[in-house]
Amino acid sequence: MANKTINPTRMELTRLKGRVKTAVRGHKLLKDKRDELMKQFMEVVRKNRALRRRVEEGLEKAGAAMTVASAVMSPEMLEQALLYPKQSVELDVTYRNIMSVNVPVYHYQTANEDSTEIYPYGFAQTSGELDAALEALGKVFRDMLELAEVEKTMQLLAQDIEKTRRRVNALEYVVIPEMQRNIRYITMKLDENERGNTTRLMKVKEMVLQDAHNYK
Amino acid sequence: MYKIAVMGDRDSVLGFKALGLDVYFVEDTDTARRTLHHLAGENYAVIYMTEQLAQHLTGEIARYKDAVMPAIIFIPGKSGSLGLGEAGLKSAVERAVGADIS
Repeated sequence: MANKTINPTRMELTRLKGRVKTAVRGHKLLKDKRDELMKQFMEVVRKNRALRRRVEEGLEKAGAAMTVASAVMSPEMLEQALLYPKQSVELDVTYRNIMSVNVPVYHYQTANEDSTEIYPYGFAQTSGELDAALEALGKVFRDMLELAEVEKTMQLLAQDIEKTRRRVNALEYVVIPEMQRNIRYITMKLDENERGNTTRLMKVKEMVLQDAHNYK
Repeated sequence: MYKIAVMGDRDSVLGFKALGLDVYFVEDTDTARRTLHHLAGENYAVIYMTEQLAQHLTGEIARYKDAVMPAIIFIPGKSGSLGLGEAGLKSAVERAVGADIS
């Protein structure tokens, strides 16, 4: 791997030295980025864990209420009651930038402002249990949306941290060491040439002197 | 404007219809796969899926993990949580740190 085809020249040496300097600086910057991302990531993970617990609890409660409702009402009636929703939800997505990772932020709008007005049926033919189930579901939905946001953020951050970590390691353990090895190789070669040159000059000087003065 | 979808068996997700979400009743894995790809191509930013459905679709779901959209979120179905959510969290941490902590 070392010194594939490096010209041991002064120009190459200067070029390599410049590149090492850039690589070291890049390495430091990437390392800082990784550390900051990690910090943010840990926060998101903590938030995600808490939210998920809350959502799962809420959904379980709503599910239980739903089961009761479906036990009281006939399946046809239940479906009919829920078939045409009064409420509709629209989602607007903007992006937030965390260390140059774009993560989504969801804003949702309900078509019907009044959150108590979610029941898409009259009260004559349905049971009160259904109302309770829907209310529980409506409550948990807010958390569900936040969970979606946090979970996606977590996934995107994890992906980017992995990428950054690989880059940092590649620079630290492959790119920079190899360039430093090459620099050493070139300096050695240049020094060796210099020494060869000196001895040659000394030899030539001796020969010239001998010629001039006819030493024996 | 984006939309929100919910996929799962009838009993688990029927209630979401009243909230104004787009509900897709899916019972078997094959239809689930098709529905998922269809939804991902449409204007859906968030897709909620019951864990009972998701456990057979891990490969498909992984495909959308690195994309900004859609976000596929597991929710427990009527028979309770399978712990897939926690598992996803763990795998994300593992991916980021390079080792399993906590």
